[in-house]
Amino acid sequence: MNIIQKIGIGLFLIGMTVFIAMPFIGNYTLSEEQVRTATKEIHQEQMTEILAPMYGVEYGSNFAFLSAFNENFSTYNDALKDQGAWDQVIWDDYGFPLAMAALESPVKSQPWIFLGLSIGLCVLGGLFFILPQYRGEPEGIKNNGIYHSSATSRGFIGIATGTFLILFYVLLYWYPAYLANHVWMVNPLSLLLSGNPASQWFLYGFIYTLAIAVMGVRMYRKYRGNKYQILRTSSVIFFQTAFAFLIPEILVLLNQPYFDFKNIWPLDYDFFYSYNLDTLISSGGFGLFMLMWGILLIIIGVPLLTYFYGKRWYCSWVCGCGGLAETVGDPYRQLSDKSLKAWKYERVIIHSVLVLAVVMTALTLVNYFMSFELLGNVTNQLHSFYGFAIGAAFSGVVGTGFYPFMGNRVWCRFGCPLAAYLGLVQRFKSRFRITTNGGQCISCGNCSTYCEMGIDVRWYAQRGQNIVRSSCVGCGVCSAVCPRGVLKLENDNEENRINDMPIIIGNDSIKVNA
Amino acid sequence: MSNSRHIVIIGNGISGVTLARHLRKADSNVRITLISGESKYFFSRTALMYIYMGHMKFEHTQPYENWFWEKNRIDLKEGWVKSIDYSSKELLFSDGEDLKYDLLVLAVGSKPNKFGWPGQDLKGVQGLYSKQDLELMEENTQGNVERAVIVGGGLIGIEMAEMLAYRKIPVTFLVREEGFWTNVLPKEESELVGRHIREHHIDLRLSTELDEILSDQNGRVRAIRTNTGEEIQCQFVGLTAGVKPNVDFLKGSDLEVNRGIRVNEFFETNIPEVYAIGDCAEFEQAPAVDRKNIEQVWYTGRMHGETLAQTLSGERTPYRPGHWFNSAKFLDIEYQTYGTVPAVWNQKEVDSFYWEHKNGKICFRMLMDKKGLLLGVNNFGFRLRHEFFDRALSEKWPGAKVIKNLKRANFDPEFFAPYHQLIQDQFLNEYGGDFTVSKSSWTQKLFGAKL
Ligand SMILES: Cc1cc2nc3c(=O)[nH]c(=O)nc-3n(C[C@H](O)[C@H](O)[C@H](O)COP(=O)(O)OP(=O)(O)OC[C@H]3O[C@@H](n4cnc5c(N)ncnc54)[C@H](O)[C@@H]3O)c2cc1C
Ligand code: SF4
Ligand code: SF4
Repeated sequence: MNIIQKIGIGLFLIGMTVFIAMPFIGNYTLSEEQVRTATKEIHQEQMTEILAPMYGVEYGSNFAFLSAFNENFSTYNDALKDQGAWDQVIWDDYGFPLAMAALESPVKSQPWIFLGLSIGLCVLGGLFFILPQYRGEPEGIKNNGIYHSSATSRGFIGIATGTFLILFYVLLYWYPAYLANHVWMVNPLSLLLSGNPASQWFLYGFIYTLAIAVMGVRMYRKYRGNKYQILRTSSVIFFQTAFAFLIPEILVLLNQPYFDFKNIWPLDYDFFYSYNLDTLISSGGFGLFMLMWGILLIIIGVPLLTYFYGKRWYCSWVCGCGGLAETVGDPYRQLSDKSLKAWKYERVIIHSVLVLAVVMTALTLVNYFMSFELLGNVTNQLHSFYGFAIGAAFSGVVGTGFYPFMGNRVWCRFGCPLAAYLGLVQRFKSRFRITTNGGQCISCGNCSTYCEMGIDVRWYAQRGQNIVRSSCVGCGVCSAVCPRGVLKLENDNEENRINDMPIIIGNDSIKVNA
Repeated sequence: MSNSRHIVIIGNGISGVTLARHLRKADSNVRITLISGESKYFFSRTALMYIYMGHMKFEHTQPYENWFWEKNRIDLKEGWVKSIDYSSKELLFSDGEDLKYDLLVLAVGSKPNKFGWPGQDLKGVQGLYSKQDLELMEENTQGNVERAVIVGGGLIGIEMAEMLAYRKIPVTFLVREEGFWTNVLPKEESELVGRHIREHHIDLRLSTELDEILSDQNGRVRAIRTNTGEEIQCQFVGLTAGVKPNVDFLKGSDLEVNRGIRVNEFFETNIPEVYAIGDCAEFEQAPAVDRKNIEQVWYTGRMHGETLAQTLSGERTPYRPGHWFNSAKFLDIEYQTYGTVPAVWNQKEVDSFYWEHKNGKICFRMLMDKKGLLLGVNNFGFRLRHEFFDRALSEKWPGAKVIKNLKRANFDPEFFAPYHQLIQDQFLNEYGGDFTVSKSSWTQKLFGAKL
């Protein structure tokens, strides 16, 4: 490691420290005026009254503030629940907007400086560390030391990283009020882009996009000389930055619905929720175009592109979850479980999620078209269950938080309903396969070890059999790390795609009836 | 089950394991026992270097999960066979146990060559073949190793050099010949690899032999002396001057052993019901004109296993390997070969077409007979398709046809530079032909790597 890289690590650690310290900065003072602006009209009267004891009191920390808030709020709400006065109960979470409003902190007053000191230093430090990697070394992919490093072999650094990610996701999804400083920090940026104040989702999108870009640079270094990897990385950086991050914000700036053109149902599970349909339908021609676009992607885009190119066109070239997995997650790809048992679990779980998503959406649509006569609000409960269990817990907390424990594709492999759909097409009607180069395999195991989807690639390769698996996202890394040039991702004729060769090419002793 | 035939295989390397698997597929009754002293479960020897370099853990080198053997009713036995009583059909293990067999297959592999160098058994001096060797190497390179010397320029030697480079141990690489692996590689290829070795800051000494390994007062290597009299200080010496059949424990019995265990084309030894396959077998007659009597590669071990399984399950089958192929990786440069490309050839009988990229790291060679028919190819730095060349060789394609269709032979990942175009261009210049250089698709032109 050279001096620049050491400085890089130092900068990164400082940035991380500032980032982690941020929730503990500042104090909170609530006013009636703030409550009034932060709450919906129907709740204004109740809320201003409930929170009256807090006005003017200065709370030294978010813990103190939020516990005071919860105490006042729950006393009121729980009483209503006890009485069974369900229609008066307040379901909205006002903790976050109120914490945002009540906060007084240096971060809030100097957001740019803190952005620079936290995320800025992390990015800079990361680049200082990454750019000098492999300098002066000949081209070639090296997984040197992966299993000797505590970061990438479930050692202490790995566990710490995973814990940090899990904590971050838990706060983001369920306790955003603790991230008030972080959200204020990116507020000016949000105003710049969409004209709207930042939410925790903007914060998340911003960090997500940056992480893909910086770790994308790492991919360029690590896989230099491998054009497939370079292009694929550029593609995910582009789609994340443009389609997932910038275009939706710009749409909002132009008074159009927030829309990510590359997100596809059922990964985009709320696409057919009534509020989304209503928004799109009521947004005139452009909204209708978005609706049509979304539907066409599902019924024509996915099958057609997957037929020609395999599911990789989406999973490792376009998708945002895939984009994160392929960049931030790349150092962890070897941690996926390759056992047959894991494959069995995988098939059951991922197809269950697909079924769940389809059933939920079908009920939602029926309900929508019958103007909620059939099921009333039952679908809402289904939505909140799905949103909690699958949308947040599975895809976020487990999906990303478990990178350093179970590899970078936990969600994509076990959970993503779109991956399941793409996978069915890939398995049964596609030109894509990984061709095995005759008898050249030496069973070394590099391909299986570095397959993020936990496919035992070697099992096929050593038998001279092509790899046709629904879960393969076509990342091409098995092919890249094979030391004997055995694997090639290809789109070709469907016939002979699946070949079962009892005896491998090169042995003429045994005549096989082909 | 108890009265079914008991086939015992000594050695759970690729040859023994392939035999066991194919036997089980063909015959669900036979009782199969696989024995090895090295490791209970089959692992891939070819991946030993990757364990040392932290690419993989030992378990990743095991091609089958542990349940596989029980499910296929292949009994595993861990232990070293000390001696064999062929008359009573009994094996004796070093721990005193014994085991009866009805039919015995010896698949006992190789061990590193040692040519009687003074000091070859000092501490810090070793070869690399087994799992135990790897563990020893781990131990030998833990401490203060300021330089390592590798003796013998073959495939294992260069792997060892790469391993040591990962640990940032400077390496001096002694090669007896005047080029790297010149007993297999033609001059240009050998030079290409030599340049790449030096590019990795490995101190490659050609035409240099080991004379003596010198000891310190603790019986550990402190230096070596070469045949030029130079003394090189070092704390580790890798002996990688090839391997030889691991047959010492079989000598002095009725079994006919020369360099390896003597077998005919059915892998039958001179003793009935005793067979030998893999690295340890020595054919009475080489299986083909371009092949040796002892075949010491992974692929041949596998084919021996496949073929003997036919015989043992009732279909007596002679060993008839197809067209030769092989592959290796020299640090970052991959190498494949299909058909026959010897290190030297008779120019009166053989034509050689050679192309090398201007970066000096990618090359292609094709040998043709005087009628212009394909004999074999070497390719370095890019990948070619086995199936394509197997067919071209079987159908005796003219070299020109191979070059014309070379795009179809390309096995590099998508968007890689289309080197076949440069090869076609040069071939047309040298030999002429009724074809044109293949075209790139527009996506390749737009996004693909440049030549
Ligand atoms: C580091 C390295 C890299 C290699 N790379 C390549 C490559 O890239 N490509 C290639 O084609 N070839 C390669 N080879 C060669 C290839 O691995 C061998 O040709 C092949 O493994 C031979 O297989 P086998 O089944 O004949 O014997 P082995 O794999 O040697 O198996 C023999 C087994 O028999 C056991 N055994 C021996 N004696 C006894 C006994 N008395 N009692 C009990 N058990 C016993 C041993 O424990 C051993 O497990 C490499 C070899 C090494 C060492
Ligand atoms: S099989 Fe290969 S291309 Fe497919 S997901 Fe695994 S590593 Fe990627
Ligand atoms: S990496 Fe290549 S040689 Fe190694 S097991 Fe996989 S396909 Fe075979």
